[in-house]
Amino acid sequence: MNISTFSSLINFRRVVITLTLSWLTLFVLLPHLMVLLTSILSPDSEHLVVWPITLDNYTRIFEPIYANIFWDSLLLSGTTTVICLLIGYPFAYFLSNMTPTLRVVLLFLMVVPFWTNSLIRIYAIKMIIGKKGIINSFLLTTNIIDTPLQILYTDFAVVIGLVYILLPFMVLPLMASFDKLDKNLIEVGRDLGASAVNRFIHIILPLTAPGIIAGSLMVFLPAMGMFYVADILGGAKTLLLGNVIKNQFLVVRDWPFGSAFSVFLIVLMAALLAIYHRANSYIQQKGGLDDENL
Amino acid sequence: MRIFKPLFIISVFLYLYLPMVVLITNSFNQSKYGYHWKAFSWKWYEKLWHNTGLMDAFVNSITIAVLTAFIATILGTLMALAIHRYKFRFKNVAGSMLFILMMSPDIVLAITFLIIFIALGIQLGFWSLLIAHITFCLPFVVITVYSQLKGFDENIIEAAQDLGASESKIFSVIIFPMILPAVLAGWLLSFTLSLDDVIISSFVSGPGFEILPIRVFSMVKVGVSPEVNALATILLVISLTAITVVSLLIKRKNSDI
Repeated sequence: MNISTFSSLINFRRVVITLTLSWLTLFVLLPHLMVLLTSILSPDSEHLVVWPITLDNYTRIFEPIYANIFWDSLLLSGTTTVICLLIGYPFAYFLSNMTPTLRVVLLFLMVVPFWTNSLIRIYAIKMIIGKKGIINSFLLTTNIIDTPLQILYTDFAVVIGLVYILLPFMVLPLMASFDKLDKNLIEVGRDLGASAVNRFIHIILPLTAPGIIAGSLMVFLPAMGMFYVADILGGAKTLLLGNVIKNQFLVVRDWPFGSAFSVFLIVLMAALLAIYHRANSYIQQKGGLDDENL
Repeated sequence: MRIFKPLFIISVFLYLYLPMVVLITNSFNQSKYGYHWKAFSWKWYEKLWHNTGLMDAFVNSITIAVLTAFIATILGTLMALAIHRYKFRFKNVAGSMLFILMMSPDIVLAITFLIIFIALGIQLGFWSLLIAHITFCLPFVVITVYSQLKGFDENIIEAAQDLGASESKIFSVIIFPMILPAVLAGWLLSFTLSLDDVIISSFVSGPGFEILPIRVFSMVKVGVSPEVNALATILLVISLTAITVVSLLIKRKNSDI
């Protein structure tokens, strides 16, 4: 190796590594640490945050108003996750058994709506489920109902919106895990006389568990942050955690309290990720079969 | 089961596309409130053209999305390369950071960005938006490019090294052409994510530089004007064109290899 190639190796390498580490440190590591720090400082109207260190922000989370919002938010996200799973699981299963071309086309069709900003799409949903919207006028003209249904401005409307935005994030990880599924195992199950239900419970479900957990993770936590969905579709009382955080940061300007809420979300994320890793290694250990006597 | 499967898939797509259909139909609907079809009209497109506030926001959104896509793709490709080819200190820290970036809910990322920009004294506006968008797109580019890098024959690179090719030469002549499809896919993904984002943009944009979701959000309370429908339709057409071009490029590249 001559001198010039050696120096060019050092340079390219060094530039790339420095760039990687500095960008991630500056815009990911440092900001996350600062949220952590902000959450234990005291709010200040002039300087945003000031010393001394305090745990007040965390104890305030448990005040009844916030605890209630937190609970409602968990419930709405939970419902959204379950519905996404109920729709996404069979959907991903059907898609994974299709010809590659059809699959690509359908996946593509799933992404197309993303190119009109999601806020605009949520607004379109508002027009559909409103008192004079398509659904109500259809039901009224067909005489199925005689007074318009109140769908808009309810928790149900928020769930419709959340599922709408987040469904693709459930489908993609599920697809990945259906792709990895060894179809021979299902055949073996059939040959050994397992019923369709048994094949599903003992083979398909445990093998796709990582996909289920990954998908749920991609839906459950983001759902709690979608303040604009609650703002546009929800009633006056429907608040997501995202609404509280946004309010604390952009309106009330109590950054420490808002940060404490986000730290809560981060902790929740860490817990869910730990579960995901457990499930993944469990499946690898057992070769995918949950029952040794099977 | 035979009927259930196509019926189920069609219903899912109906759910996903009904709002889009409403947007596009109403963009040509003469009626202002859009609950009933009145007559075909281009008037919202004309009004949109003269609505400078909305047009500016629209141009700003596209600008941010295109710039984000280019920069995130370049940066993400280099990061994937670093993680795949080099051993360095804090490599696993870098990996974890990218993982956290990918898994964190948008609302958490939004706050981290806001806090760092205020701390660094970066004014909220064009630059803060651009940096935030680039950063949240990065892990998706890295993961796409990295999986392609993992797939190819290391012997080719070793042969090139033995023949005295420099690292930058190896990258530009051998590695880059091989990962080009993944790089283009990363571009597309970044463009899509940037254009779709609401939450992070709400936190890091300033009054001097407004993008589409912020503008529309401020209209929601008083009622969104139908010009937005026209805008959404145009946005879709532009994106579909961009996407068709990129996928044709990917296809051609794939058939070359």
